[in-house]
Amino acid sequence: MFDQKNPYLPYSVIIDDIVVETEDKSLKTFKLVIEDEGIRQNWNHTPGQFAMLSVPGKGEAAIGIASSPTEKGYLLFTVSRIGSLTTALHQLPKGARIGVRGPLGNGFPVNSEFKGKNIVVIAGGYAFTTLRATIVYLLAHRQDYGKITLIYGARTPGMLLYRNELKDWEQSGLVECHITVDREAPGWNGIVGFVPAVTERVAPAPENSVAVVCGPPIMIKFTMPALEKTGWKDEQIYLSLENRMKCGLGVCGHCNVGPVYVCKDGPVFTRARVKGLPVEF
Amino acid sequence: MPMKIRINDHQLIQWIQGLITKFQVFYPLQDANSGVVHIQKATGSLNSDAILKPVSGVPKTSIKTFFMPQPEVIARFSIAAQDAEAFVLKEPGTALQTQVLLNIRPCDARSVALNSMPYAEDPYFQKMLKRTVIIGRPCDETCSTCFCELVGGSPHGTEGMDLVILKTEDGLALEVLTQKGADFLKQNPCAESAGLQPTPQQQGGQELPIVAREMQKKDLLALYNASFWPQIAEACINCGACTFLCPTCYCFDIQDEVAGTKGVRLRYWDSCMFPLFTLHASGHNPRGQKVQRVRNRFMHKFKYFPDRFGPVSCVGCGRCVKDCPVNIDIREVISLMQAV
Repeated sequence: MFDQKNPYLPYSVIIDDIVVETEDKSLKTFKLVIEDEGIRQNWNHTPGQFAMLSVPGKGEAAIGIASSPTEKGYLLFTVSRIGSLTTALHQLPKGARIGVRGPLGNGFPVNSEFKGKNIVVIAGGYAFTTLRATIVYLLAHRQDYGKITLIYGARTPGMLLYRNELKDWEQSGLVECHITVDREAPGWNGIVGFVPAVTERVAPAPENSVAVVCGPPIMIKFTMPALEKTGWKDEQIYLSLENRMKCGLGVCGHCNVGPVYVCKDGPVFTRARVKGLPVEF
Repeated sequence: MPMKIRINDHQLIQWIQGLITKFQVFYPLQDANSGVVHIQKATGSLNSDAILKPVSGVPKTSIKTFFMPQPEVIARFSIAAQDAEAFVLKEPGTALQTQVLLNIRPCDARSVALNSMPYAEDPYFQKMLKRTVIIGRPCDETCSTCFCELVGGSPHGTEGMDLVILKTEDGLALEVLTQKGADFLKQNPCAESAGLQPTPQQQGGQELPIVAREMQKKDLLALYNASFWPQIAEACINCGACTFLCPTCYCFDIQDEVAGTKGVRLRYWDSCMFPLFTLHASGHNPRGQKVQRVRNRFMHKFKYFPDRFGPVSCVGCGRCVKDCPVNIDIREVISLMQAV
């Protein structure tokens, strides 16, 4: 749990910038600055953690943190306009005040299990947000990790998130990028095909490696056999679950998957752990 | 150091009458017309009979409302644009005075101890816990629907109580169980209660009830995939009455409400019986089917909770048995689960 005396009260933040990420305008990245200087400077999180975004009067929603803790002074959240809270958020202008409650949950073990390993990041659609945080973090500590491979797919080129950064990563040679779209599109010279098929083709080696896989359930379902074929074990594969949440603290009961709370025990679990749970996500 | 004293009827009534002038005091009373027992606020016209000899029967609603008010303001804010602190959420800042719950049954008192486990770090629940003094009363008669012993309680249990009024061969006795109870008595003495000390309570080493140990040993997925769930769920109409009446159902929802330029963030009781409980904004629902929701309620009480905290999340009050409109009997579910 974070160091707020009352964990139900969000920190006040100002929307410092808004970037429309996708061609359909359904995804925006909000750059948020915590108003209290002390809290802003002491903020720390692990890639993969989330926070409750609060629009007072509308409520709260759990959103993954898209910025890396190495990016100081602000937080990034890439939000899909899908429910009442996210719709309200999308309507807010730069300079508006909202709330952030977090960081919550457990992120990817970037400082333990991931150290010294090759990292394979597999993402589909807008589940890429906390994986952006992860890649930025890995790059800031490049010497601590082996090869970094990214397999990332979206429906169309215009639905890819963080397009400028993707280009930078690819050109720098620090990340082996396999960016794919579902079908041919004008102006697209990259890979075409679904993430599972691309994963099978790239066939990342499992030796001394971990994979983080985030995306729609259908993508995850078909990506798993692709990894299994090349010898990946369930303990090496990290998934991030999401469920409806209210408190984010493991109390309110909404997000449980059998005996675990996605908010408190997750959202990051190994595939081995998920396999032992009821399918309630 | 004495832990209990004998008191006579007159002293007890006098004490309670004194408490009423200082605090809000609540105790179970039977409605003259309907015969239903409700926990009601004590007023000047005290029903001495109902205090001396507690009404029989489980009160209609549990005492969880005193710890999780329905609804509870958890923050206030302003949405007035000109307000420098608009959209900043602040603690409600409500002053909480001591409340006294009198003649509380062992099952209901025990529910407070069980709920304290998931709410150990919840500032609102903890504040309510601190302000509340529970004066318990052992059960003289059980009902056809209650089963506290099956789930680790006892009609004479004192878990969760601060003070207890006991019946002895020659009258009543007042026993102190917690430091909070001792402090309360020091400030509000009853008869010769001045030097009373809390009875040493068994700490930690308390053995878990058999049912909890049994469930802990069972395989999670074997219980989850047991064949009886559709049969149990079939009659259920997902009304949620069981979860609202249950003293140990503690799930909640958080909602904002705005009137004019003033807003509050509220927390309400919620129920895993409702499809909305788990509905994602995308439309996906991990427990969209009734059988999944019914299973979740029982699995939470008898498997998930014991795996996490030890005891089962049920005190055997029988309210859900009594008031289920389709007669789902939690005791039958327990025995089916035990047989897995």
